[in-house]
Amino acid sequence: MSKGNTPSTQTRRPDRAALVIAVFLAALAGLIFWDTSRLAQITSYSGIGPATIPFVIASVLLLLAAWTVFEALRGDFPARERQEFGPVIWIIGGLAAQMLTLKPLGFSIATGLLFAATAAGFGKRKLWFTIPIGIVLCLGVWLVFAGLLQLSLPAGPLEHLFW
Amino acid sequence: MTTFDFLLQGMLVAAQPMNLLYALIGVTLGTAVGVLPGIGPALTVALLLPVTYRLDPGGSLIMFAGIYYGGMYGGSTTSILLNTPGESASIVTALEGNKMARKGRGGPALATAAIGSFVAGLIATLGLAFIAPFVVKLALVFGPREYFALMVLAFVTVSSAFGDSTLRGLTSLFIGFALAIIGIDQLTGQARMSFGVPDLLDGIEVTTLAVAMFAIGESLYIAAQGEQGPDKVEAVKGSVWMTAQDWARSWKAWLRGTAIGFPIGAMPAGGAEIGTFLSYATEKRLSKHPEEFGHGAIEGVAGPEAANNASAAGTLVPLLTLGLPTTATAAIMLAGFQQYGLQPGPLLFATNPQLVWGLIASLLIANFMLLVLNLPLVGLWVKLLTIPKPWLYAGILLFATLGTIGANPSVFELGMLLAFGVLGYAMRIFGYPIAPVVVGLILGPLAEQQLRRALAISQGDVTVLFTSPVAAVLLVIAAAALIVPLILRARGRGQVLSQLAANED
Repeated sequence: MSKGNTPSTQTRRPDRAALVIAVFLAALAGLIFWDTSRLAQITSYSGIGPATIPFVIASVLLLLAAWTVFEALRGDFPARERQEFGPVIWIIGGLAAQMLTLKPLGFSIATGLLFAATAAGFGKRKLWFTIPIGIVLCLGVWLVFAGLLQLSLPAGPLEHLFW
Repeated sequence: MTTFDFLLQGMLVAAQPMNLLYALIGVTLGTAVGVLPGIGPALTVALLLPVTYRLDPGGSLIMFAGIYYGGMYGGSTTSILLNTPGESASIVTALEGNKMARKGRGGPALATAAIGSFVAGLIATLGLAFIAPFVVKLALVFGPREYFALMVLAFVTVSSAFGDSTLRGLTSLFIGFALAIIGIDQLTGQARMSFGVPDLLDGIEVTTLAVAMFAIGESLYIAAQGEQGPDKVEAVKGSVWMTAQDWARSWKAWLRGTAIGFPIGAMPAGGAEIGTFLSYATEKRLSKHPEEFGHGAIEGVAGPEAANNASAAGTLVPLLTLGLPTTATAAIMLAGFQQYGLQPGPLLFATNPQLVWGLIASLLIANFMLLVLNLPLVGLWVKLLTIPKPWLYAGILLFATLGTIGANPSVFELGMLLAFGVLGYAMRIFGYPIAPVVVGLILGPLAEQQLRRALAISQGDVTVLFTSPVAAVLLVIAAAALIVPLILRARGRGQVLSQLAANED
């Protein structure tokens, strides 16, 4: 995720981010090999057991990793647009906050936090304003979906006031 | 019984008041969500899946049909008025449609798109109804090896035949396969890749993955572009009605678009968006006003929009008759079937004809509803387009997580949603296509099952995969679809292919 080196115009340098992708693919392949190797003994009379296909997939992933390295070294990866990470962190933080507060605080408060954090990621930083709006909106959504459509959305202190 | 009788029976199912209501809710929600900028049909269907969770299978699928068609309609409104197509299938529509809107002819552009979508949807859905029984008969003689070969073909066309890189398409597909291994092996009951985590034994939910990659990945990506100022929404000035000349120029384009789009969608191979490009090129060549192309030619809206809708109906042919999803949207619809334990395919036509024909009939009804709903309500849809981005994406994430929580209110599931969302974001940065991951996840296990069945029948003899003529031909086509684009790209002729990329989100 370096700042968008443009391989076509600059001299072709190895693309570090693409190399990281190759490592990720190889690691994924390794993980599959490691996990399914204990199943390798189980084969049916077809000669193909629960480990066969994972082995094939992992092998292809290794090949793709090698191919990625090759393209990274040649600088064949497309140019990337510059990414601003502030907004990304806001949204990821919002999702994490929702995940952690969902059980103790219930759907409306947890998702209200996510709502406000996402709005913040897109430039609306007035949290004192967006959090209450998000919570009220999510409470409305909760009443419709948990109440009318009987979806099992976790209830917290706020929801218990209504239901 | 003939197709006609079946269709009539389906009409009786679909015309029940409750089912009509479900269809109406479906088309309204589908259009409303589909019209939001940045949301294509795949995401529309994934986001609205939870709404249908508590309905009976019939009602749920009917609502689903409405959502699917509504989402397609909504997308065209966005691309005409906003010039930021929610899906690549609408790029072509935006090309001419947005130009028309800027010239103050937004009304006729929307009208020709809506009526063209209606005509195409009508013909293509009837086509689906009449072709499906034949494909079902054909599919019944298919054994495991033919199915396996068919799936290999779909894998190749979905991942690497189009788009700008074979490597990245295949990588996406195999990431999908790797995720598909997770869970209990269907044939031996062994847990694979679950690392003792009970939540992983059931495997990864297709809807969780699709919502994460499309909704969260896209939101992160858009947010990371920073402030770019508001998109300009073209106001619909003047009459929404088409003049006699507009009609004269549109109707042939609708029919040609349908004739191009439906067969392409119906083929058991991916890349349903190609139809829109082919239709655009055809119209440009046949038009009596070629000089208007690029400046708002109405044929350039009418043809591709019809092709788009016709191929959307076409993708239902392999989905319903073979259980083979060839687009991300179809993959999510397959997940919608599976939540009721229904596996689309030839058997479903035999065991549950009421459901299948009710679904097809309700597609026809949804199509009528959309025509009636769309033109008068266009002002309302335009309002939806002007929602400021912070509220829009906050709302999208609210509903994206709502679906996951509604299906499985666990912290672990939300963690997966977050992880796949980040994965989707990273893949977007580096230009990896998203659809192959989703198709790989849902189709991978089915392909493995068919392969292992085929090899069990042959007692482990691999050559059996190539000795059936049907399977051999399909595998040869698949190999060609993999190798020919590689050669084209190596020779620098890849631009054409990347324009045809199936990049729906």
